[in-house]
Amino acid sequence: MVDPIPFRPVAPGSQPPLDLPSYRSTAHRHPSQPPLRMPTTLTEASAPSFTPAWYAPHDDLSVVDGKQALGERMIVAGRVTDENGRPVAGAMVEVWQANAAGRYHHARDQHDAPLDPNFHGEGRVFTDAEGRYSFTTIKPGAYPWRNPGPGWRPQHIHFGLHGNGFAQRLITQMYFPGDPLLAFDAIFQGSGDDAAKRRLIADLDPELMRPDWALGYRFDIVLRGRAATPFENA
Amino acid sequence: MTPATASQTAGPYWHMIDFPAWADLLRADGPNAGAAGERITLAGVITDGAGAVVPDAMVELWQADPKGSYDGAFHGFGRCATDAQGRFCFMTLKPGAVPGPGNSTQAPHITLTIFARGLMSGLVTRAYFAGDARLAEDPILARVPEMRRGTLIAKPTGQGEWRLDIRLQGEGETVFLTV
Repeated sequence: MVDPIPFRPVAPGSQPPLDLPSYRSTAHRHPSQPPLRMPTTLTEASAPSFTPAWYAPHDDLSVVDGKQALGERMIVAGRVTDENGRPVAGAMVEVWQANAAGRYHHARDQHDAPLDPNFHGEGRVFTDAEGRYSFTTIKPGAYPWRNPGPGWRPQHIHFGLHGNGFAQRLITQMYFPGDPLLAFDAIFQGSGDDAAKRRLIADLDPELMRPDWALGYRFDIVLRGRAATPFENA
Repeated sequence: MTPATASQTAGPYWHMIDFPAWADLLRADGPNAGAAGERITLAGVITDGAGAVVPDAMVELWQADPKGSYDGAFHGFGRCATDAQGRFCFMTLKPGAVPGPGNSTQAPHITLTIFARGLMSGLVTRAYFAGDARLAEDPILARVPEMRRGTLIAKPTGQGEWRLDIRLQGEGETVFLTV
């Protein structure tokens, strides 16, 4: 049995710490011990195959029962690659977000902004052979949260991705360029170094816009990549 | 090389992508309907460093098939939300032993990943099965200090019922893994 090619170690500065005092909810939830480093085994190198047959795609969040959601309609698209620049094909991309008023279609969201009956805010798409994905939605609103500081989350869309190895599993958030709340947001500011933060901000992309119909934002996502050489057994 | 995109918390509203049926890998209208093997449940409670239950976590499961293969014939993926008491519960088939590094063999195990508000990235751990003779030879368990190994070993609570509690922080803290 040939050992699977190991994943590259996490690049310094590219990921947030688990212990992030400015984000109060981490206080009792971050492990106090560092994670145990282990070799990449078949378990981490393999991944579930998510097929549209079992996981129905849903790529237009801007319409419910033929009725338009309130807000700025936009297309969000990008490429999913690994750290070696190779496209990740067939990746399942799940997204969820607040409505234009900053309210989630979620029982536990008690923010007294209005719900929009024509917006649920959940989608699922798959990358093509070149790693490209695309969906249509509306721009989410900012909303208050109970964390020390200005206490409003910047506009964002949650992304969840499964790649072709379970170690690539990623949940992240996409932010918008020029949002003044980014400077005060504990979660965004805690993401890692400046380059790591920059990668979380989408670009307004004229090429993705549809005249008289939708704005376009590009958000490329990088999943962990495999090392060039097989792991040497110690 | 461009480093991987930074992880961010799943937040408190991730349930918008919660599909409770996914906790049952053997569901009648799912990809594993009729799959042969030993049916089991794997359940547990997640608690935080203050001893409070974690009622808003997403737990994802990934495992090999009963023969220890990840070839995809068995769709070894599940997702479960913890309830108000911090409990999760999956229904699945018991996985087989999986080839490990070199010529080693990994004892049957299930990978669990926890996402939640207050977790800036997912925490990965494993559930092994108490009483399995292959635990002694498992190359990953061998790396875990003996005192903490028990945090990775599910205990039987009934016929086909297994339990593994997860402690995010503090005394009895679960061993989390990274590659």
